[in-house]
Amino acid sequence: MEPLGKHMLRAELESFFDILEERRQSSDISHALRTFSAQPYHEATPPSVKALNRMVLESQFLRYVIAEVAAESGEPPECVKEEAAGILDKMAQNLQLSFIRLLGFSLSKIFKRLFRSIWVNEDGLARLQQAIQEHPVILMPNHRSYIDFLVLSYIMFTYDLSIPVIAAGIPLMGMSLIGEIFRRSGAFFIRRSIGSDKLYWAVLSEYVRTIVRTGFAPVEFYVEGLRSRTLKSLTPKLGLMQMVLEPFFKGEVYDVLLVPVSISYDRVLEETLLAHELLGVPKPKETTTGLLKARKVLEDDYGCMHVCFGKPVSARALAQGRVNRGQFNLVPRGLPLNASAELQEFVNGVAHLLVRLQEKNMVLSPWSLMTFTLLQSPQGVDWDQLTHKTLWLRTLALRFGAHLNWPAQLADSEVMSDSLALHHSIACREKGRVQLVEEVGPGPVTQEEAVFRKASAVLMCASYRNQALHVFTRPALVALAMTTAASPRKEDVFRRFCFLQELFANELIFIPGHAVQDFEEGCDGLQQCGALTITDQTLRVTEEEQDAIIFLTAILQPFIETYEVVCRILCEERFQTFSEKSFLSSVRDAVIKLLISGEVRSYECLSSNTQKNVLWALLRMGAVSKSRVAEQNEYRVSKAAVRRIWETLGGRVTPQVMSYSRL
Amino acid sequence: LHSGGSTSRISSQDRLRVISGHLHQRAQDGHAAVSAQECKAEASRANPAKAAPVPKRRHDIMKWNGWGYSDSRFLFNKKGQAEFTGKRYRLSGLILPSLKDWFEGTFGANLQHKSPATPALNVSAVPPPNLNESFVEELKAAGVALSQEPEDRVFRSHGHCLHEIFALREGRISRVPDLVVWPSCHNDVVKIVELACKHNVCLIPYGGGTSVSSALECPPEETRSIVSLDTSQMNRILWIDEKNLTAHVEAGIIGQDLERQLNESGYCTGHEPDSMEFSSLGGWVATRASGMKKNIYGNIEDLVVHIKMVTPRGVIEKSCQGPRMSTGPDIHHFIMGSEGTLGVVTEVTMKIRPVPEYQKYGSIVFPNFQQGVACLREVAKQRCAPASIRLMDNEQFQFGHALKPQVSSIFTSFLDGLKKFYITKFKGFDPHHLCVATLLFEGDREKVLQHEKQVYDIAAKFGGLAAGEDNGQRGYMLTFVIAYLRDLGMDYYVIGESFETSVPWDRVLDLCRNVKERIVRECKERGVQFPPLSTCRVTQTYDAGACVYFYFAFNYRGLSDPIHVYENVEHAAREEILANGGSLSHHHGVGKLRKEWMKEAVSTVGLGMLKSVKEYVDPSNIFGNRNLL
Repeated sequence: MEPLGKHMLRAELESFFDILEERRQSSDISHALRTFSAQPYHEATPPSVKALNRMVLESQFLRYVIAEVAAESGEPPECVKEEAAGILDKMAQNLQLSFIRLLGFSLSKIFKRLFRSIWVNEDGLARLQQAIQEHPVILMPNHRSYIDFLVLSYIMFTYDLSIPVIAAGIPLMGMSLIGEIFRRSGAFFIRRSIGSDKLYWAVLSEYVRTIVRTGFAPVEFYVEGLRSRTLKSLTPKLGLMQMVLEPFFKGEVYDVLLVPVSISYDRVLEETLLAHELLGVPKPKETTTGLLKARKVLEDDYGCMHVCFGKPVSARALAQGRVNRGQFNLVPRGLPLNASAELQEFVNGVAHLLVRLQEKNMVLSPWSLMTFTLLQSPQGVDWDQLTHKTLWLRTLALRFGAHLNWPAQLADSEVMSDSLALHHSIACREKGRVQLVEEVGPGPVTQEEAVFRKASAVLMCASYRNQALHVFTRPALVALAMTTAASPRKEDVFRRFCFLQELFANELIFIPGHAVQDFEEGCDGLQQCGALTITDQTLRVTEEEQDAIIFLTAILQPFIETYEVVCRILCEERFQTFSEKSFLSSVRDAVIKLLISGEVRSYECLSSNTQKNVLWALLRMGAVSKSRVAEQNEYRVSKAAVRRIWETLGGRVTPQVMSYSRL
Repeated sequence: LHSGGSTSRISSQDRLRVISGHLHQRAQDGHAAVSAQECKAEASRANPAKAAPVPKRRHDIMKWNGWGYSDSRFLFNKKGQAEFTGKRYRLSGLILPSLKDWFEGTFGANLQHKSPATPALNVSAVPPPNLNESFVEELKAAGVALSQEPEDRVFRSHGHCLHEIFALREGRISRVPDLVVWPSCHNDVVKIVELACKHNVCLIPYGGGTSVSSALECPPEETRSIVSLDTSQMNRILWIDEKNLTAHVEAGIIGQDLERQLNESGYCTGHEPDSMEFSSLGGWVATRASGMKKNIYGNIEDLVVHIKMVTPRGVIEKSCQGPRMSTGPDIHHFIMGSEGTLGVVTEVTMKIRPVPEYQKYGSIVFPNFQQGVACLREVAKQRCAPASIRLMDNEQFQFGHALKPQVSSIFTSFLDGLKKFYITKFKGFDPHHLCVATLLFEGDREKVLQHEKQVYDIAAKFGGLAAGEDNGQRGYMLTFVIAYLRDLGMDYYVIGESFETSVPWDRVLDLCRNVKERIVRECKERGVQFPPLSTCRVTQTYDAGACVYFYFAFNYRGLSDPIHVYENVEHAAREEILANGGSLSHHHGVGKLRKEWMKEAVSTVGLGMLKSVKEYVDPSNIFGNRNLL
């Protein structure tokens, strides 16, 4: 995906305005009841829900799959068709303006209580309005909170933009009343694990494609697949991505415009839940009563929220020269598409690009920057030093192209105090020292419980660092590669860099095939902040800015430690074959012991998310193999291979493969 | 609205008159360098005296740098009204009051901004002929007519692609043939080809000169002497077989002459490509032409019974005229579409039909293009397509309206107003979305009326309203004045072209939308100041798909290299067609313009097959126009 919009990744500052301001000054009810006049794509009028569903059920595609499924299962086709209709009924949205209005009204109330302001970029809205009239639009927000899509629909309603049709997870539907409200606000529901259910895939994909083809409303989906518990971007999922692109591949629409939407919160509503989930404490099932209980959430202050609508990315422009659309000429377009390797690679690249764009456009809070220093000082840090380091990091972040919401009219110390106050549940200042706050509970506590409490605070804090992690990823990875490369020669550092990129591919988002650009970007960043000089193809750290290198390397340290410790645990005798569940619990137990004994330092090693990522990485790199035994995934570990990766990560072995010629 | 039974014999005659009424003035034939000699090899049973052949000096009656006859052209008169000059066509001498507004409105053009053509050919700009003296000597000895006059050579150096005409208007002359020869019969051609092989000169067959694929362009890299072989003097109907309903015709005859002469005996071929005023039988065979009324008569491949072609290897033909054969791959299909790369088609036996008793035009208005396409698809499904059925999109419908001549009476304009009111207000059709299908029925009267009802009944199911014969007829008229209109556009900074494709039914709408949109966007990206005219119509229906025709034109003021822009946009449009499952060409052919896509279009092996045929038939590349392969 070489020229995949290098210019697209450049950050530009845009002006944001607060949409709650008007709500605080005028009537919510008249806002909810005002004339809503969206300009849809090509003046397409929304088909009725019935008509849309009929279109889907009677499509050539579904008829074909139904016949196929019937032939395979021996069931009569009518039954399969009924089954398909049932799936569709359960899935389909039922967008009704009246409900949008109801939602608009209640959301005005709720948002005003929750947030000080909701900032939206004006240009983004103008571009979106234009885009919606030109081509089918796909809204691709990042997913950090349950309320993400409510906010989006609310903004669209407020600015007379077609209300999107939203792909939501089935669990939401489980909440009886709320589920119905969401459905009528345009949500359609997708089962979490579809697996090999052919009929389900068929209904879903045809449903999505039909909406894109008719273009009566933007389609909104989370390319990351699920809500990120770590607030870090997730490796994109490709199923829906391919579905929304298919109508373009097949020429059924001229183009499809992908709009990255970056949502960031000063403070996430679910912050405590997140840490618990990461520690393996089961998350509460999403029920209506559960949500009502959560209303104490409403009494807290969540600061500001930012929604940045990125520039629409044209699927056509991306596909130019990369996808031969003629490949679909010889088979009826209504038949299932067997995506060629070339096409899958393209879809994968597009999905990654969109996640990168979400990251690039994200507006970061001062708090995010403060957490970097907080996490690097487990024993707490002096306020002055925190201020000093955070301001230094701010300069660095701006140099690396980050968008910051750092109020210019306030003194820096005031900004930071404010942030700290907002996050009083995570950190507090006592006698000039800032420290993480540990959960209080009934004592006395066991050693293990103490570890959990400590880890919960760290993970909560880490999630805010994760929001800004992408800003530093590439320079940090170059810095890390330099410290462990065989030599400071560019080719050696690059080889090392590639190894780290491959290992962390589930952890950090890299566009596949962009290693060279990523490396260059990292080097550029380091050079800009004066920490690196490159002469004669040799990378050297400058004396003056050695601290920068150390700081950047330290950012990645918790991840490295987790990867190392998981490798170490996997190399132990007792690990031969295991399930994902037993893997997580064994690793957790082992890590707790190591934390208690002091052999492991970072509490982030307890993040089940990172642990899983290690497993996927090892699987991807062939050190772990997966087989299906009795309806369950069984993993088998190759200790020699794991050990080699572990040693390579520790810098004791130079990575193989990867030639410099790619530079 | 639709006046059911009015006799339309008149309109059928009109159409014939329209396309045939030329050449009443006898062309001068006093060419100095020419020694015309009647071929005596074959006895002609036709009546050659009546036929007015295409003159050797074509530029005496035709434009050297534009379309068609010199006396017929559009112009804006002093009052700023458009009129069409001459006496040949129904439109001739008429004022077209709405054309100016349409023209200015559509293109952002202005009658003050003129871009006139070089008035006359600058003979000194024509490169001197590179002659193969011994070839010329032997040709003269054999008594073949020839010329090396610059006018003759320039006239045969091009077809009617935009870039070709644009260059001529600017007085730019590139490589032109070095010699023009006029064989008058098959044996002349045999002699010419023999001599060409002997002396290694390059031959480029030239029929009607209406190519729009750069097929007639002389390859600039050709170093040999290039000889244009003009077939126009081989124009006789050699015999008519009334028992089998076939006619044996020399391949140089042009469409309107063939049709007129057959009509005199009560027959027709029914093959009416839009270019039939000028294109030749041999050209049809060489490019796989398609006629407007193919639904009744078939395309050229359905019409041809026997072909005789002279190649460097000798003459190729079948031994009998059986209506179908299983004798390996049909050798006719090596010839049809060979685009002059293998030899010269000299004689063709074609199917003929009695002239139809009754002919009737018709038209249907649809609320939008989608409905129109759905209707055409249904008509094709029921296999009840009239002789011709064409669906214009909204832009073309409006274009058609701009060509309405001044109405003669208040009553007509009142009727027009009433119709408009009925369709747009009463029926709720949006004038910016509605589109029109034009129809032509042919056959015996009873059947035509029955057929007509069947088609209108189908149309009604798709929201179609019958909109009268007049609209239908005007639609067909547009077809052959469009080429004249392009010359008018070029006088005012507007350039344009048409191109075509064929595509499966389920992709018709998507292809039309995407290609039109691509054109608009490419123009914008390339700095075209005004939105282009980007319009299409479905011109033929088949069981499994349709032929789609695009018109594309824009105002090039402010562009430094308009032709380059134009070519880029056309290239992008063709890419878009191919990406949407359209063919490289339905009937225009490949020539040199679309050669780059041939491999993709027919596969490497397919191209290799064609190349191996070329290698066997013409190893020295005597037929060196470098088309197709």
